[in-house]
Amino acid sequence: MSEELSNNENPVPESLQGQIAITSLDKIYNWSRRSSVWPMTFGLACCAIEMISTAASRYDMARFGMEVFRASPRQADLMIVSGTVTKKMIPIIVRLYNQMPEPKYVLAMGACASGGGPFKEGYNVVSGVDKFVPVDVYAPGCPPTPQALLHSLIRLQEKIDGQSVLEVPWYRREPIEEIPQPVLGPDLVDPRDIPDFAEKLKAQEERLAAEPE
Amino acid sequence: MTEEESPQVEEATREPDDMEQQFPGVLTLDERKGYGGYLVPPDKLVEFATQLRDELGYDYLSSVTGVDYLPEEKMEVVYHAYRTQGGPAFVFKAQVPRGDPVVPSLVGVWLGADFQEREAWDLLGIRFTGHPNLRRILMWEGFEGHPLRKDWREAYYEEDAKPFENRFPEGGVYRIEDKISFGKNVKYPSEFSPEGWIPEGDEGLYAGVGQISTDGNGGTLKTDQLVVNLGPQHPSTHGVFRMVVTLDGETVIDLQPVMGYLHRNHEQIGERNTYIMNMPYTDRLDYISSMSNNFGYALTVEKLMGIKPPERTEYIRVIMAELTRIVNHLWSIGFLLNDLGAFQTPALYAINERELVLDVFEAVSGSRMMCNYFRFGGLARDLPPGTLQTIRELIFERLPRRIDELDLYLTDNEIVRARCIGVGVLPPEKAVAFSAAGPVLRASGVPYDVRRADPYGIYDRFDFEVAVRYGGDVYDRYLVRLQEIRESIRIVQQAVEDIPEGEIQTGKALYQVRVPAGEAYGRVENPKGELGFYVVSNGKPNPWRYHIRAPSFINLTALAEMCKGHKVADIVAILGSIDIILGEVDR
Repeated sequence: MSEELSNNENPVPESLQGQIAITSLDKIYNWSRRSSVWPMTFGLACCAIEMISTAASRYDMARFGMEVFRASPRQADLMIVSGTVTKKMIPIIVRLYNQMPEPKYVLAMGACASGGGPFKEGYNVVSGVDKFVPVDVYAPGCPPTPQALLHSLIRLQEKIDGQSVLEVPWYRREPIEEIPQPVLGPDLVDPRDIPDFAEKLKAQEERLAAEPE
Repeated sequence: MTEEESPQVEEATREPDDMEQQFPGVLTLDERKGYGGYLVPPDKLVEFATQLRDELGYDYLSSVTGVDYLPEEKMEVVYHAYRTQGGPAFVFKAQVPRGDPVVPSLVGVWLGADFQEREAWDLLGIRFTGHPNLRRILMWEGFEGHPLRKDWREAYYEEDAKPFENRFPEGGVYRIEDKISFGKNVKYPSEFSPEGWIPEGDEGLYAGVGQISTDGNGGTLKTDQLVVNLGPQHPSTHGVFRMVVTLDGETVIDLQPVMGYLHRNHEQIGERNTYIMNMPYTDRLDYISSMSNNFGYALTVEKLMGIKPPERTEYIRVIMAELTRIVNHLWSIGFLLNDLGAFQTPALYAINERELVLDVFEAVSGSRMMCNYFRFGGLARDLPPGTLQTIRELIFERLPRRIDELDLYLTDNEIVRARCIGVGVLPPEKAVAFSAAGPVLRASGVPYDVRRADPYGIYDRFDFEVAVRYGGDVYDRYLVRLQEIRESIRIVQQAVEDIPEGEIQTGKALYQVRVPAGEAYGRVENPKGELGFYVVSNGKPNPWRYHIRAPSFINLTALAEMCKGHKVADIVAILGSIDIILGEVDR
């Protein structure tokens, strides 16, 4: 197929010249995807207010093809993690991420979602959503201004532009594994920790014992 | 403290005051230096509280919270009660041993104690006997420990108090994640093993699920009740709020609010921080109205320090707090319409006006939303040149017209009226009992506004009316908000005319303020309702206790009551009319 397309022996007929542009499949595919990124209606905290402001009349995300906020993860392409991720909330965030169909992207909006932010030390705070789900773009700020969010969305579009249909994981034969959903126990339990849990627990005990009172 | 200063007299020579004489053997004056109020023995608490409510007229319980006095091996529960006619607080406390803190619940006296007692149980481990539903509220059931206890340490624990010593004097910077074995902000009890362990589910929440009695359903058909979860990811719950709703068909039988999905440990972080470091955190409580949160915290610490801001600052504070109220109510009205199904359009109009006020905030403080503008005894900086003119144009020209426009399009709208009138009614006596505050209380016909009932700042100088309506439904809450925007515009109009030139800071602006030992409860009328800060100082650079009485959180106590008997779609409108902000509900 690709050979046939790039064969110069198939000239563009005269009547169609000036009306046809030749481009790569990646380019046309990425162009259509980057121009209709549908974010999920998913506000966590303060950043959500700035996200709404970005979507509202003054900043108007619709200029970039992104105004279609979907409440269902099944219809969304982009999860904007807009706010502090808490331990009580992370199982739900992971589940929502798993429910989103491929291709999917995650934007960590603001200091909290990127790394815990001002609340990092808090006992109920997950220090960055990237501890659990892969993040594509980080937006700095507390909260990022609408301009900053728009900038991050444009960066996401650039990222999409750079992807190739041949290399992206979601067109491979093997299925993409779901992220195991954390469970709420005496503290947040990440199933990925379980294989060497006992060792880590012992290390924790030793560290606590060594700590000066 | 609104009580009179406790006299520094020896126990033996001090004459008992009026209240002590009236309740001999029940009340003893709290004589710790800088403290006020009375101590009540726990076994007489319920009896005394009932008398206080019925005989002395303190019908409104503002705040319930616990304090962990680790050095004295005591837990203390602090109650602040008010009269809805206005006036200062009556403060009473119950002290219990720290090893086994058990206090009788006051839910039977004031329904508004419900969530606050659950919070004290969750975070401090104080058990309230007789509480109908003493389960964790902010953390999840099964969480290990009570995090606000002074001997409880979080996974990322480094030092007891900020500012930290230089942690990397010889270089070698590391992240705390790299030091702890799990690499995440977690720690487990030593006996815990995830294998064979069964996580606790939500059985407790669903306990109410059962069969409806046969006569409820036409007499012949036996049906199950239906339990529907709304949230925490739901487009209409205004953030990460969850409601477990029990339904008969489409009619709500019971509703359980579930919160804590945004519990970001405000109070615990606040107790590690120095006083000034908490100011930017207060912005993130009710993140729509950061300026008025600053106001409440600044007032409380100023009370403790015994200072007053200069005249110009007082005016700027009022201007900023009232602009915040306008912003908040615009947002709230816009999104109420969103909840009613008028998707986006009214909200876009409201947000448009909000942006103009945010420009003023950005000019004065440098940030659109998180202003961090107030300081103890002053402000971060004076108004930049030209700002007053911008505010004047907004407040005299643009906003009044835009509010009239909203009023014109929305108030008599057929759908708004059909969906709102008679929905979510909260009768006045219930509103007071549930400690509802702000527009929710005033729409129920209780004209209680802290700006009038217990004036702070310079609110006694302004001519404004307390917006009040008597229906107690969603529509009246909307009308109260609309009216409050107009009154706020009036206040700012007066303030920009009268604002004097001069200093903006009392004394020198300090990073490290000296706060004498004692306690203070400061409250302001926030757009959402009465925002209170309870701060206990032990003379050190960090507050010993830093508690927030969050209006959104306590207003939710009444949510179930308002929703019963309505349809599922009405829950969304009722929740929208309470106007919650999750940053404040969960803190």
